Amino acid sequence: MTEFNKVLIATSLTTAFLCYSFYLYSSLPVHETAFTTTMDRGKDLWQEHNCTACHQVYGLGGFLGPDLTNVYTQRGPEYITAFLRNGNLTMPAYHMNDQDIQAMLAYLKHIDQSGISDPRSFKTNYDGTIEQQQ
Amino acid sequence: MAPSNSNSSSIPKYFLLTGLFLLVIGMFYGVLGGFQYLIQGFLKSWLSFDKVRPLHVSSVVFWIILGASGSALTYMQEHTGKGLRWPVLAYAQFVVFVVSIFAILFSYVFGMFGGREYWEFNPWFALPITIGWIMFVINFIASIGSLRNQPVYVWQWLTGVVFFLFTFLESYLWIIPYFRDNVINDMTVQWKAYGSMVGAWNMLIYGCSMFLLTKISGDQSIAHSRMAFALYFTGLFNLMFNWGHHIYTLPTHDFIKHVSYIVSMTELAILGRILWLWRSSLREARKHLHFTPYRLVVAADLWVLLTLALAIVMSVPAINVYTHGTHVTVAHTMGATIGINSFLLLAFVADILTRGGQVPFVSERLFRRGLLLANGSLLIFWISLIVAGILKARWQVMETRTAFSLMMLQLRPVFIVFTLSGIVLMTGLCMVVYSLFRNYTSTFSSDKLS
Repeated sequence: MTEFNKVLIATSLTTAFLCYSFYLYSSLPVHETAFTTTMDRGKDLWQEHNCTACHQVYGLGGFLGPDLTNVYTQRGPEYITAFLRNGNLTMPAYHMNDQDIQAMLAYLKHIDQSGISDPRSFKTNYDGTIEQQQ
Repeated sequence: MAPSNSNSSSIPKYFLLTGLFLLVIGMFYGVLGGFQYLIQGFLKSWLSFDKVRPLHVSSVVFWIILGASGSALTYMQEHTGKGLRWPVLAYAQFVVFVVSIFAILFSYVFGMFGGREYWEFNPWFALPITIGWIMFVINFIASIGSLRNQPVYVWQWLTGVVFFLFTFLESYLWIIPYFRDNVINDMTVQWKAYGSMVGAWNMLIYGCSMFLLTKISGDQSIAHSRMAFALYFTGLFNLMFNWGHHIYTLPTHDFIKHVSYIVSMTELAILGRILWLWRSSLREARKHLHFTPYRLVVAADLWVLLTLALAIVMSVPAINVYTHGTHVTVAHTMGATIGINSFLLLAFVADILTRGGQVPFVSERLFRRGLLLANGSLLIFWISLIVAGILKARWQVMETRTAFSLMMLQLRPVFIVFTLSGIVLMTGLCMVVYSLFRNYTSTFSSDKLS
């Protein structure tokens, strides 16, 4: 392989990568989002307590606890509140105040409304791709 | 390629030794995490899983980063036959890294987190890590000198150092509200960054691996061959565009998933080549097996095959939808970080500490036994994670699911196997690390005498 060809391939790939990256940044999948300060506080709490170490969102995260993507509709706010206040055998009790609990609930509701993570909701196609069933 | 000379800076050795220390710490927290799977509430009040997981992940990731940068800096000096352009910069990088790494590990103990999935720490610590890496990039490029007619491993190293910086910065875009204010946008960009970041450190490691193999065989033409560059560009193509296979189930752009699916399948060519050359690789392996570090390269070769095969299977969306969110993903990560990255890094450390076989290998028996133990237990560990993943995948698609806690209880026998094999794996790797430390002290004392 000549030096020119190597440089040409590397330059083309890097240019394609940068175009792809900046195109993605400028056209993020969700354009309009009502992200309130309460949700933002919930996200802060989620990160401060490192919830993702044990829990998943869309299957990404730790596996010690369940996936929480759709826990808001599946279990409801009271169930979540009980866990946030008291924890369980494995999960520490975070002793959150009412304001923080409301913030966590708002953030979990935001995640819940973003989509469905349940693998049963997907249909597989002959070419190996998947589609979410409405 | 020139042999190591008196101009060579020894600072990279400190990177390697600190990395080995972090590997041991990382394994210790990994085993602790295994026990937390087995015993509910184990250490919950003072070192719960939310602390143990980042302690484990960050220690091991920093082992990989320090090991890869230390090896690349050493081999780059061997390649150029000159020392580092600015040794003081490498020293400054080392100090910045070590202070930041230990501050990060302590921050977890005190409950300070970044709270991101996978590799996380408080964003303030990203600043010194970035500064340290910029020093590395500057020193590395300046020390290489001309980029004309360089072998493939120099291309791989440069790709690794530059792309790591890019993806590391990209992984902090979430602090900007534009990226942060929607979970789907945030996760899309996060996994774009992390997916490529792993590819970046792999480039550094594979570059070192190519350098070592070239050195062992004594044939420089391999590193300039058309095939070597074809494989490098396939790897680069994957580093840039295959990250979407992490987020097939995320309701993000469809084109990301399609691009990733197609690009991931190009890895079939690499898998096919490994299988095609299997016999000649075995013949080549037998020829060099007396050279102790080479044994680790052979072990890593086996893990490349297993991990790549698993990665390709998992990159098919119709399969990924079931394996995603299960321990199959962990099996893939463990195969890659232990079987490939760590085995290769240990091979480089062994080669560097014994100066490519010029210095007799101390505690060789312990090293070989440790390696055998680590390899065997890693295989059991890997299989048990796949079994746990398949069982969880079956639970995920049940029409009426049992409770999560009940499913975890049913997986308990598998968790016992993976924790026990994890302990044996840690023992084996500790034997290897101990023998490497003994080699370092013996070379160090002989250097002092001479």
